[in-house]
Amino acid sequence: MSSFLQHTFDGLVSGAFLALLALGLAVIFGMLRVVNFAHGAFYMLGAVGTYLLLTEFGVPFWWALLIVPVALGVLGMGVERAFVHRLARLDPLYNFLLTFGLTLVLQDLVKLRYGTQSSPYATPSALAGTVDFGLFDFPAYRVFVLAFAVVACVAVWWLLGHTRVGMVVRAATERPELSRALGIDVGRWVMPVFGFGIALAGVAGVLAAPMRAVNPLMGADLVIVVFAVVVIGGLGSIFGSVAAGFGIGLVQAWGESYLDQWPIVAQTSVFVIMAAVLLWRPAGLFGREEAPA
Amino acid sequence: MSVAPSVVRAAAAAPRRLRWALLVAGLAIAVWLPNGLYPAVAVDMLCWALFAVAVDLLLGYTGLLSFGHAAFWGTSAYATGLVAIHLGAPFPVAVLSGALVAAALAVPIGYLAVRRTGIYFAMVTLAFAQMIYYIANNRRGLTGGENGLQSVPRELFGLDLTDAYYFYYAALPVVLLGLWAAWRIVNSPFGRVLVGIRDNPARARALGYPVHHYKLLAFVLSAFIAGLGGGLFAMAHRFVTLDTLHWTTSGKAVVMVVLGGIGTLWGGVLGAGLLVRLEDWLSFSGFEAVGLVTGGLFVVVVLVFRRGLWGTAADLLRRRFGRP
Repeated sequence: MSSFLQHTFDGLVSGAFLALLALGLAVIFGMLRVVNFAHGAFYMLGAVGTYLLLTEFGVPFWWALLIVPVALGVLGMGVERAFVHRLARLDPLYNFLLTFGLTLVLQDLVKLRYGTQSSPYATPSALAGTVDFGLFDFPAYRVFVLAFAVVACVAVWWLLGHTRVGMVVRAATERPELSRALGIDVGRWVMPVFGFGIALAGVAGVLAAPMRAVNPLMGADLVIVVFAVVVIGGLGSIFGSVAAGFGIGLVQAWGESYLDQWPIVAQTSVFVIMAAVLLWRPAGLFGREEAPA
Repeated sequence: MSVAPSVVRAAAAAPRRLRWALLVAGLAIAVWLPNGLYPAVAVDMLCWALFAVAVDLLLGYTGLLSFGHAAFWGTSAYATGLVAIHLGAPFPVAVLSGALVAAALAVPIGYLAVRRTGIYFAMVTLAFAQMIYYIANNRRGLTGGENGLQSVPRELFGLDLTDAYYFYYAALPVVLLGLWAAWRIVNSPFGRVLVGIRDNPARARALGYPVHHYKLLAFVLSAFIAGLGGGLFAMAHRFVTLDTLHWTTSGKAVVMVVLGGIGTLWGGVLGAGLLVRLEDWLSFSGFEAVGLVTGGLFVVVVLVFRRGLWGTAADLLRRRFGRP
């Protein structure tokens, strides 16, 4: 029983990363209809940035958790203005291609400057120990990651559902033409929302630094898993993306621990689930059917 | 995507004589190529040309962006290598069986993927290709895992093809056959229906065409042609690595298509030639960050040069000959 809870907890922690990334992807998609291929690259920049802040400037983890997402959000807004915006009127596939090109550039820039070796990052001292839950102990840092991600997801949900900004964004997401006709300046919110989505990827990157190997390629394969996650949850659905993120994290963790003689099961489970969802509910578990194209 | 219709019309408007001249010039360049370049680079161009044309068949003529075609390129490369190693088959037979395996794999993947369109199709194909990548990495007994498949024999009825120069001429007919097949598909009634589906799926459905079946068949045919390229690639390098299945490989083929011009078919050949040459030149001059250059180039092409090389040329010709 205690080992089951242990695996479940591990699954929730890795699900937290998937959920944060899927959330950013879904927020951006909702507002811009753009699937950001570079989302994994920004996650990587978040982790690398955290590492560099410590090694080059001696900035500790807690400050990085504030500085890095803000900096990446600003960078994201710059990317939106400089690149994404220019393709806004065209088929969204062009922006997918554009962000793919950006991914290659960002990865190789980091690779060129810092090499491909993974760098270790010490867990912040305040979170170095374990937390005793009675039946089992958990590393305190992981508890923190999970709690932080849940709080972040709930905060975004509240922001979208219960504030004026969120209302505008939801209106613009669902009926852009009608919102414009009602005098809502939709275009004004595109850049901040894109930056916000990138900042979420940055948060995931900062949280990943003490837990996962920091290297230029850490986001590349992860973003494909996140794509599968949002297809499962339904890309248009914020709740679906987050729920699918945690769910896939759980499935992968259970697969890794109970079927550890077949590591391939855990690795491919997300894609198999995606195939099943495509068969059963092509729009995703929580997605709405698109208007027939 | 939106550039294609004008390009198709431009191609149709180009005078017949010009098209024959282009065909002859293209064939002449194809025959001359290994004399002007390293033969190994010329062979790579052939393989990637097939790959790019296969991707354009879907993207340009069916309106489906597959970001997972490495699954078929790589699967065929492995299958080709295994057939050549274990059965000692002559290379065209090995390549053909590799392409058939790729086409067979495309049936279930395509069946699921064509349920979605647009950006979802790209994400779904990408995800399935990644799954194939993990499986290949896991089945070390079959694929050699990270070491890859080593020393694939290259043989044709006792002829020694170890010299890349001679292999180029042995591979050229296979490639021309593949390109001809793609051209035939595009210019057949079937291809016209595909373009109809691309431009207006609802109307195609209303006219009684089973849209999903057409898309699936296009997907499988495209996978077969990509498989021909991947099989030749395995033969050309005489080893197969996991790179052939990686998403960067899928992306490279898409870059070639966009660079050459979406929906132009021959643009893919042009894009493949240029990108292979560029990467060869970069690695020759010792520049490590190839992705920085190809990625940057791609960003620029997507931003300001979306018609691609062939599309732009076709537009200029159209204006020159003054046809609408």
